[in-house]
Amino acid sequence: MILSVRDLKVSFRTHDGPVRAIDGVSFDLEESEILGVVGESGSGKTVSLLAVMGLITDPNATIEGSIRYKGRELVGLSRRELRRLRGNEIAMIFQDPMTALTPVYTIGWQIAEQIRAHRGVSKAKAMARVEQLLAEVNFPNPHEAMSRYPHQLSGGMRQRAVIAMALSCDPALLVADEPTTALDVTVQAGILDLVRKLRAKHKSAVVFITHDMGVVSELADRVMVMYAGRVVERGTRTELFSDPRHPYTRALLGSIPPLTGQKPRRLPAIPGSPPSLLRLPQGCAFGPRCPVRYEPCETGKPGLGSDAHAAACFRVAQA
Amino acid sequence: MTDLDRPILETRSLAKRFSIGTRFSAEGRRTVHAVDNVSLTVRRGETVGLVGESGCGKSTLARCLVRLYDITDGKLLFEGNDITSKSLSELRPLRRRLQMVFQDPSASLNPRRRVGDLVAEPLRIHGKLSSREITARVAKLFELVGLLPDHVMRYPHEFSGGQRQRVGIARAIALNPDLVVLDEPVSALDVSVQAQIVNLLADLQEKLKLTYIFIAHDLSVVRQVSTRIAVMYLGSIVEEGPAEEVFATPAHPYSQALISAVPVVETTPTGARKRIILTGDVPSPLKPPSGCRFHPRCPIAVDRCRSERPELKEHRPGRKVACHFPTLT
Repeated sequence: MILSVRDLKVSFRTHDGPVRAIDGVSFDLEESEILGVVGESGSGKTVSLLAVMGLITDPNATIEGSIRYKGRELVGLSRRELRRLRGNEIAMIFQDPMTALTPVYTIGWQIAEQIRAHRGVSKAKAMARVEQLLAEVNFPNPHEAMSRYPHQLSGGMRQRAVIAMALSCDPALLVADEPTTALDVTVQAGILDLVRKLRAKHKSAVVFITHDMGVVSELADRVMVMYAGRVVERGTRTELFSDPRHPYTRALLGSIPPLTGQKPRRLPAIPGSPPSLLRLPQGCAFGPRCPVRYEPCETGKPGLGSDAHAAACFRVAQA
Repeated sequence: MTDLDRPILETRSLAKRFSIGTRFSAEGRRTVHAVDNVSLTVRRGETVGLVGESGCGKSTLARCLVRLYDITDGKLLFEGNDITSKSLSELRPLRRRLQMVFQDPSASLNPRRRVGDLVAEPLRIHGKLSSREITARVAKLFELVGLLPDHVMRYPHEFSGGQRQRVGIARAIALNPDLVVLDEPVSALDVSVQAQIVNLLADLQEKLKLTYIFIAHDLSVVRQVSTRIAVMYLGSIVEEGPAEEVFATPAHPYSQALISAVPVVETTPTGARKRIILTGDVPSPLKPPSGCRFHPRCPIAVDRCRSERPELKEHRPGRKVACHFPTLT
């Protein structure tokens, strides 16, 4: 087991009162497994992974629950100890590669810096490794790319450089937060291909956050669907896409226009919009938008249960 | 020719070039060929979808079509009248009929003004309506786009993204336009809200007899709303045809790669969809490649493609491809 998260809760103190961004998220991740986390903005997918990375340093935040990496508890670990893990054993890729790259140094220098910081090898050795990494992420001319500055690269190339950086220390866990959202589909296809290959080669476990159901269905082994800070459904890719159970998952899948076949005259849309975390409904957070809500949904918050393929819904539990 | 068949908008070899740099900068003054030799016909009541990677010139073309940009070369005709070089004052009566909806509704709505005011603004500028008539019209528009009557007093920040885009749409249709250019109208919205706006646009088109030019990078959304598709690459149209046909049997190697790259939800991965992964990046429009602009990335390019630029040819009625070796079934 690479990662085991139990009952993770993150809340923030704000001017408008406390906000619970994550409300009881639990999941496990095995070696060389890809977990897809799907959700809309505000669903808590990013915050939960920031918590795992120990990147929530806001003094107004409270983190409860347990995050175990290879059996070691991360919640409450000192910043120093966390820093030794991050970038080394746990690596991350974000949506905008420019947030991870500094504009004033060359790509080669930036990746080498990380290798030297964690591995303490000589500069020449680090540089040799960088060239090898850039080749691995399909830079056509890795040696030349090392002396380039971020602004001289295209968006897709920058994201590849960030991936090379993330892989520089052979991480056991790779967290990718919408890494392809800002990219064109043609470039995205290449990056997804890369993630698959790297997983096979490095045996890294991957948490892949996205809002795109198509991406998840192509990449993930297991899927977790989040809504308003809670996991509403989890299962293997096949379970989730061939037998979606939660009304939100079903509605979301139904509202995607098809790429082939007959065009529907109208798309089955979900009414309303995702709730504000400041004003969550009393019962089930999806209740007000749910086509099958009934009395219990008004008051209670449905739990996920312990099944491998589970949906947090009273209707599903009842069926 | 009846009024219905007459194209509402037509471009003939339209080009838009930008100059960048100064003569003192390292590379001197250079020209970006953002849109190059585009001839497109838009008929009344249809939706033309523009697709292509970022930087392919689709947004620039859209802005040229409503004359938000001055056109460098070629012609732009609105209902048969040449409006390529009409002055701003001459354009003003036309503006009413040509409207645009932008991607980010929070950027296009003034945060300090109530949304009722924002929707009323075009009516005040263009219309000859009394203030009472304007209030009534705004209420009607709010109803049309699915907002509540008491929303008029709110500020943009009090709305969700989907509702803000509804305000943007209300503003665009306030003056009963004929043609609306929609530049990525759903891209900034949550997935669960996109379908609502797509449906709303379809309803409005039917009710108000609108013609749309629709730009989005989400290809399945474009397919859903469009009757015709134009695929752009590096400033030019490489393929054009009925939406469902182009998606089912793309003829240009670029369209094939683009459509095959879209990740789709498959309940059981069959591997039936073959993916064409393009190597390399979109070349810079500062120095477009010789011959066919797609040749450096094209899997089937031969010598001829490097030297001779293929024209956008009509291979059968309504189906145009710019390729020496199109896959036509």
